[in-house]
Amino acid sequence: MSSETISHGHTEEASVHSHDSHEAHGHDHHHEESFLSKYVFSTDHKMIGKQFLITGIIWAIIGGLFSVLFRLQLGYPETSFPVLEDLFGKWAAGGRISNEFYYALVTMHGTILVFFVLTAGLSGTFANILIPLQIGARDMASGFMNMLSYWFFFLASVVMFASLFIQTGPASGGWTIYPPLSALGQASEGSKLGMDFWLISMALFIVSSLLGGLNYISTILNLRTKGMSMTRMPLTMWAIFFTALLGVLSFPVLLSGAVLLLFDRNLGTSFYLSEIVVKGEILPNEGGSAILFQHLFWFLGHPEVYIILLPALGMVSEILSVNSRKPIFGYLAMVGSLFAICILAFLVWAHHMFVTGLNPFLGAFFVLLTLLIAVPSAIKVFNWLTTLWKGNIRFTPAMLFSIGFISLFISGGLTGIFLGNSTLDIHLHDTYFVVAHFHIVMGVASFFGMFAGVYHWFPKMYGRFLNNTMAYIHFWVTLVGAYLIFWPMHYSGLAGMPRRYTDWSNWQSFNQFQDMNRFISTVAMIVFAVQILFVFNFFYSIFKGRKVTSTNPWGANTLEWTTPINPGHGNWPGDIPEVHRWAYDYSKDGREFIPQTEPIGADESKH
Amino acid sequence: MSGYFILIILVLAFVLIFQISKASEYVSVLKGEEKSFKQSNRINAFLFILFMVLGLAGAWWCNELLYDRTLLAQPAASDHGEKIDFMMWLTIIVTGIVFLLTQVLLFWFAFKYQYSEKRTSYFFPHNNKLELLWTVVPAIFLTVLVGFGLFYWFKITGDAPKDAQIVEITGKQFNWMMRYPGKDNVLGRKNYRLTDASSGNALGVDWEDGASHDDIEASEMHLVVGKPVQLVINAQDVIHDVGLVHFRLKMDAVPGIPTTLWFTPKYTTEQMKKITGNKDFVYEISCDQICGSGHYSMRGVIIVETQEEHDAWMASKKPQYLTVQEGAAPAAPAADSTAAAASATMSKPLAQLK
Repeated sequence: MSSETISHGHTEEASVHSHDSHEAHGHDHHHEESFLSKYVFSTDHKMIGKQFLITGIIWAIIGGLFSVLFRLQLGYPETSFPVLEDLFGKWAAGGRISNEFYYALVTMHGTILVFFVLTAGLSGTFANILIPLQIGARDMASGFMNMLSYWFFFLASVVMFASLFIQTGPASGGWTIYPPLSALGQASEGSKLGMDFWLISMALFIVSSLLGGLNYISTILNLRTKGMSMTRMPLTMWAIFFTALLGVLSFPVLLSGAVLLLFDRNLGTSFYLSEIVVKGEILPNEGGSAILFQHLFWFLGHPEVYIILLPALGMVSEILSVNSRKPIFGYLAMVGSLFAICILAFLVWAHHMFVTGLNPFLGAFFVLLTLLIAVPSAIKVFNWLTTLWKGNIRFTPAMLFSIGFISLFISGGLTGIFLGNSTLDIHLHDTYFVVAHFHIVMGVASFFGMFAGVYHWFPKMYGRFLNNTMAYIHFWVTLVGAYLIFWPMHYSGLAGMPRRYTDWSNWQSFNQFQDMNRFISTVAMIVFAVQILFVFNFFYSIFKGRKVTSTNPWGANTLEWTTPINPGHGNWPGDIPEVHRWAYDYSKDGREFIPQTEPIGADESKH
Repeated sequence: MSGYFILIILVLAFVLIFQISKASEYVSVLKGEEKSFKQSNRINAFLFILFMVLGLAGAWWCNELLYDRTLLAQPAASDHGEKIDFMMWLTIIVTGIVFLLTQVLLFWFAFKYQYSEKRTSYFFPHNNKLELLWTVVPAIFLTVLVGFGLFYWFKITGDAPKDAQIVEITGKQFNWMMRYPGKDNVLGRKNYRLTDASSGNALGVDWEDGASHDDIEASEMHLVVGKPVQLVINAQDVIHDVGLVHFRLKMDAVPGIPTTLWFTPKYTTEQMKKITGNKDFVYEISCDQICGSGHYSMRGVIIVETQEEHDAWMASKKPQYLTVQEGAAPAAPAADSTAAAASATMSKPLAQLK
């Protein structure tokens, strides 16, 4: 498969109409694509993946910037920053972030990073780019639906972005938007128009997620190339497959929750409202249940955590194996543990609700099922460790982030054992211990998985490498910074310090952490600056990065590295390759790697 | 001015890093990719081991600095809290061992098995015995944690003792209101439609119910040391959460759905001042569920006292029903202005009393 001759293959449109993967593809159309059809309304999965990634990056900058702003308030509650008033007007009168602004920032930070960055930006990017390339398909099952998926996400983004500029501000009741706070405009400025925008944006987002998810599932099930049985798929594919299943089964529940909340807000229904006196006003609503919303929300909300994490688990497994030059240890156990996590993800939602007055007997089952998740998680960690053991490790930037991911996954996973145990949750619920826990295991760890993926597949996306030196700086500052930010938070959590407070100075019990908060804020700003460095590296390297000169720069086995350096629409200029083995024959029989396309040799050893 | 200065420094640092990065890329091309790869590989492997050593040292140092500021350093102030503290230590020990083991292995392997021309990787795709081992061992440890956890969970969430004192606590934006059942130990019926703070009925008590006539309302929670107390928890507007850090407990306050929580305070406020060595010590009620822009300031105070002190305090209070009867029309507006001056807390009934 010579690559150089067809490296400008994006003009050699291969037909995507045929789904029979082994039909000869002789006819090249050579029709010129317009700018619109190539970069904007593209149906090429690779372009759609890049659209998701770049939109995700823009959102990540906004969401990250919000965290820097509210960390300013937490780190320097007494200081006035006149520049804030210049920028935000009444929201930062006197150079100090107002309470309403603080809560809006926190809410938007959570919403943006959970949904727009780590769901759309992470699964949207890598599911789109990798599925057809790694299973050997010319494109997604429905390129058009795939395009719609991005554009619904874009619409959702526009609505959410617009909500930032409303006079009463965006939603500010926390990213979990519990009613009645989110249902009553009288209760909070953010529960006025901003909340409607939030709900409409989320409804559009869910449509996008469903269109994408259905496509991912049907593509993986139906369009695998000849020889690519399910058990020969790379672990990235398994992870994305389970992610899509989780999304398709749980997002509709959030949609129903959101629609009912819209009804309560605008049509006078009482799904979530009962016996309320707000600011002296007696409301007529009776018979609803505020807790119902929490059930609906967390029925998505908990699988959502795994929707964020699973793609990272898959990509890290793949990258770890490639760069240790060793097969992933316990492939079937890795698939099995992904499956177990996927099933359990649906059965643990109420562990977010131990202190809502939930029936303790019911709570007991959720404790048991929640702590069960630690077993497949432990299997994964030990299997990764064994994959590293006796390997021959190359520390590419992707590999660094993968190892960092494992460290964070361990740290954040173990604190989950505290919080999943209802007895301890009574004490730790909604303290900074929770903030530390989920930021490490879901936030930073998933970001590490995402970075690993970007560094590893950037050559496939753009035919160029990212700059290594900037990548090393990015990795080390981010890893050290993440621990410096979140490790001390466990201590304030163990002091019972509640989250979502703008200021603790009036409290006897929580005012002893001011120096720590200042330290965390300082580190957070440095880490944010280094992320900007990454973004710069990303965009600079798209145009000016070192060019990729071979089709398989990492010496990997999977199918995406059998395509030309810059694959066109349709991915392979000739026939789709046939697969003869699993993806992890590294260092077997004295050979460093054996691509999946190579037939099993007569005297090859079995495993 | 200093802001612009910092900005300029930042931009310069950015440009510098960028230039160095570009230069190092050119150097690596000139030097040969193979050679520069090996060099950076060695550096990164070393950094991993350095990170592990400094990280563990840093964790120890962090503990030295912050341990005394946490609640681990002081005894739990309730019987339930002691169970939770035991559970906490058990979990810290189990997870601590796993944490050390896996993190050390991770970074050690990364360092030990860094790329070397002399070595080829060991082809080791699976081993059922090993995998069974690390399925079963974590499962056993988790069974222990779940076992202890659920045992205590049912103790803590079980029924309150019959002789428990009853105190009702109601949250609204952004303060707490308490109600005590008086001599009959029965709280009077409520109907939220009767809520009318200006006429002295901030809680919406139904005065038609005779049980309400001796109910006492206050803005502080007074508890008796060593005597079980059952909290009846309500919210008027949005969800709040009664957070009792020193007792290690919390429970949501949900509009329309009363919740309960019981515990036995172990130390009086005075005793806790000695135990913590803090003369300003006070039991605080924090709101632990985001409830609007004043969430962070929704503070309540608990006073744990001896039975005698408690009886004396109770005797000094007048039932809210009587206050309302006496005050009827003229007292209300006066009370309003006082209350507004007193930072818009719920002290309206209190203001009437004083």
